[in-house]
Amino acid sequence: MKQVTRYLPLLLLAVAWELAARLELVSTSALPPLSDVISAWIDLIKDGDLVSNAASSLYRAGAGLALAILVGATLGIVMAWWKPVNVLLSPIVEMFYPLPKSALIPVTVIWLGYGDGSKILLIFLGCMLPVTIGAFNGARSCEQALVWSARSMGADQLRMLWDVVVPSAMPELLNGVRTALALSFILLVSSELIVAQKGFGYLIGSLGANGSYDAMYAVVLTVAFLGFAADRLYLLITKRTLAWRE
Amino acid sequence: MARVTQTMPSELRNAVPEKAARFVYMLFRAFARVFSILLLLAVWEILARSGSFTHFQLPAFSEVVARIWNDAWSGDLWINTALTLYRALTAFAICAVLGVIIGMAMSRNALANWFFDPIISVGFPMPKIAFLPVVILWLGVYDVSKITMIVIDAIFPVIAATVIAIQGVERELIWSARNMGANNRELLTQIVLPAALPQIMTGLQVALPLSLIVAVVAEMLMGGYGLGGAMMTASRFANSTGVFAGIVEIAVVGFCLVKAMALIRRRLLVWHQETNEPATA
Repeated sequence: MKQVTRYLPLLLLAVAWELAARLELVSTSALPPLSDVISAWIDLIKDGDLVSNAASSLYRAGAGLALAILVGATLGIVMAWWKPVNVLLSPIVEMFYPLPKSALIPVTVIWLGYGDGSKILLIFLGCMLPVTIGAFNGARSCEQALVWSARSMGADQLRMLWDVVVPSAMPELLNGVRTALALSFILLVSSELIVAQKGFGYLIGSLGANGSYDAMYAVVLTVAFLGFAADRLYLLITKRTLAWRE
Repeated sequence: MARVTQTMPSELRNAVPEKAARFVYMLFRAFARVFSILLLLAVWEILARSGSFTHFQLPAFSEVVARIWNDAWSGDLWINTALTLYRALTAFAICAVLGVIIGMAMSRNALANWFFDPIISVGFPMPKIAFLPVVILWLGVYDVSKITMIVIDAIFPVIAATVIAIQGVERELIWSARNMGANNRELLTQIVLPAALPQIMTGLQVALPLSLIVAVVAEMLMGGYGLGGAMMTASRFANSTGVFAGIVEIAVVGFCLVKAMALIRRRLLVWHQETNEPATA
């Protein structure tokens, strides 16, 4: 019941949407009624259009994000652990971090064409630095006492890195991954809107160009919901992963 | 814990006057900071000239610089940069003002909180860029719709940061201000807002790069002038030198904006203890 009252404003907005469209306060081509959007969504699912495009989009986002987390986390921890690497790489990280990642869209297309490769590369490049910076800050703030005691107990470098530095970098690292997760959806959709032959962005673009706006709204809302659900799921997983901290 | 600080070798300090030593050290550090960037640019230039990539895949850095130079002389560079900055910064200003106002309203008024809280918590993690075609449908492809799209994307971090910041203001501060006879407005402008400023600034520091990202995407999709639009035009004509020039230009603009924001933060928060601590990233 509490949840219902909490999310009541969203329900009110949905009702206002339906009424505004049904009473033709706004043109139905600009804002098709919510019920039409829902039935268009069901049609899209039945066609298999939505499912196949969703699969290719999620594959791109997943592959790019996985690469970004793997490379980014390694890079960040190595930068915090070996000073020379930090001296060499931190100016580059500092220079590329503020770069609006969307600027890379045309370049990835030049390098890898219109298919999956260019999107995966874009998401990888765009999402890597938040993870790197999270891992770097986390690993750097690792307590010296822990490192010392591990060393006095006879841990070698690698052991120490894995058993002490990585776990203590975890909270900030996971925070960085959350930023990367949100960014991956932004980059995915915008790159697919600009150049793609399948995927959510492409579907939105082609439905909009055909003038079937109710279906377009259905896909837009699906993407928005997926982004939201991914974030919530991620928060749940993080809470589980960090349960040892308390 | 005593950490060994290696500012400079001790023999050096004894041999030369301290000032000169510090100067040499500063020079060395400045060189170390740009060394890897220079290395990266050199590798780019060598790779491009070596012929292992076609000119289309990777134009040489010197050509890209020449292209930027030409754009600067013909004035295109300034028009595009000014337009992109105008869109991004106008939207950012709207986000800053509106976001802080909504955030304040949410923390002071139960009704506003009831209405906005679910919208923020659901809307914040959404990829709002997906609404871009809807925004185009409603508002067309000109500045209004670009700025609207940026506001939709960048306002959420500001609102969320403001709400959290105001929640975090120490009760003792508010109580003692009330005790000394501050009225509601004085309480807000002299106690709550300054105390909440560090976190609000953090929200703004998230919103600024975001507004630039969205500005570039919006320009790429809607066309017209602007750094993103110019890149897209170059890409359509398979002019990869133009595309790389666009990246360099956008990178420089982004870098300057983020640095300027960090500077403003340091100025505004001179009184705060964080200014004395080294900032991260």
